[in-house]
Amino acid sequence: MLKQLGNGMAVSVGIFLLTLLFSLPLGLLVAFGRMSRNRIVSSLTKIYISIMRGTPLMLQLIVVYFAPYYVFGVSIGGYRFPAIIIAFSVNYAAYFAEIYRGGIESMPKGQYEAAEVLGYSRAQTFFRIILPQVIKTVLPSITNETITLVKDTSLSFVLAQAEMFTIAKQIAAKEASIGPLMVAGIFYYVFNFIVAFVMERFEKKLDYYR
Amino acid sequence: MGQETLLTIRNMRKSFDGTEVLKDISLTVKRGEVLSVIGPSGSGKSTLLRCATLLERMDGGTLIYHGDVAATDESGAMVYASKKDLKMIRRRFGLVFQNFNLFPHYSVMKNITEPPMLTEGISKEEAYRRAEDLLGRLGLTDKKDAYPGSLSGGQQQRVSIARALAMQPDILFFDEPTSALDPELTAEVLKVIRRLASEHMTMIIVTHEMQFAREVSDRIIFMEQGGIQAEGTPEELFSSENARLREFMGKFTA
Repeated sequence: MLKQLGNGMAVSVGIFLLTLLFSLPLGLLVAFGRMSRNRIVSSLTKIYISIMRGTPLMLQLIVVYFAPYYVFGVSIGGYRFPAIIIAFSVNYAAYFAEIYRGGIESMPKGQYEAAEVLGYSRAQTFFRIILPQVIKTVLPSITNETITLVKDTSLSFVLAQAEMFTIAKQIAAKEASIGPLMVAGIFYYVFNFIVAFVMERFEKKLDYYR
Repeated sequence: MGQETLLTIRNMRKSFDGTEVLKDISLTVKRGEVLSVIGPSGSGKSTLLRCATLLERMDGGTLIYHGDVAATDESGAMVYASKKDLKMIRRRFGLVFQNFNLFPHYSVMKNITEPPMLTEGISKEEAYRRAEDLLGRLGLTDKKDAYPGSLSGGQQQRVSIARALAMQPDILFFDEPTSALDPELTAEVLKVIRRLASEHMTMIIVTHEMQFAREVSDRIIFMEQGGIQAEGTPEELFSSENARLREFMGKFTA
């Protein structure tokens, strides 16, 4: 039983890490789209964010997994895990985009102007002056989302992905015991404890300036 | 004083939402000259500075830095120089902001050394040499590793002056450099500007410090309602018969 749970744990951690890996940068792109001066781009991005935030993640998981078959009539082998990563990444990118946007828009205009007068290009201004400060401001909100993500990985059970929660539920049903669910609960708690600890270290590291 | 003209502004106009903020401003600045711009709030002095430093696009007129045309409407339409040319032109001037606008995530040293390294491509050694020299002159050597947030307003403003000087500009603009400071810190910053004046740094200073303008400037411009209402040497302006000017300066010198 512990071995099975251990495998499930590894899958959950995998979903978590891959989702962060894709959604954090993707969110920045989405934030740019949302702030774009091009009306079409900003409207489309706005609609995308609205749908991602306005519909259940569980439903999005099912749609992403089954769409290729129901809509296009193609079935892709081994698509279950990629579908989960895609669904989580596009969903979390929408949330991260709004966090980034808030952070970027809170930067004082004077920072851009100082950089401009000193001859910084637009890219230099963004990556050297704006982004580092944005990261510091948005880090607490990112921590919040990251903690939610740890728990949300359990939604993969709707696609019968063999991750922590799915396996714990199966064993609990088979053995008519609440033990495996307790183990799962402890796993999520400890996982998030570690996440919170790591993020706090990040925040402390950025505390070198006000 | 040199005769070389560093800045020429001809017939500069600027409107915001149909309200004319600058009406036909013309002025020239020669090398080594210190020009102060005074006038009530909303008179357009900051807009003049922002148009001259390319932070704001003017609607009409000509802007020339040392022979290089940054913008002109002589052909009928407002035309700005190419991005590449504007980049070169930006190197000719520096700007010190009212709110300093230092980069808070950079140490004092990095605030001063990164801009010339990035935009002029000078070596790290050269950038550090310049910065250390400037910090020494401005009495900030012991603050080089500090972050702007831990400094007083006066220190921050001196760092931002150092940051601007590290780019070795021909002209330094000041946009109400002491308006965010208390009297004590104001004195500390004015001392630095005074010293730059004595070293013949070419400067254009928008200020509310009348006594300071009187003492440091070669020429003063009095602006009101988007236009230049009076212009002359400090002696000329402070002994002017212009009723409005007397009223304005009276409020400050009383």
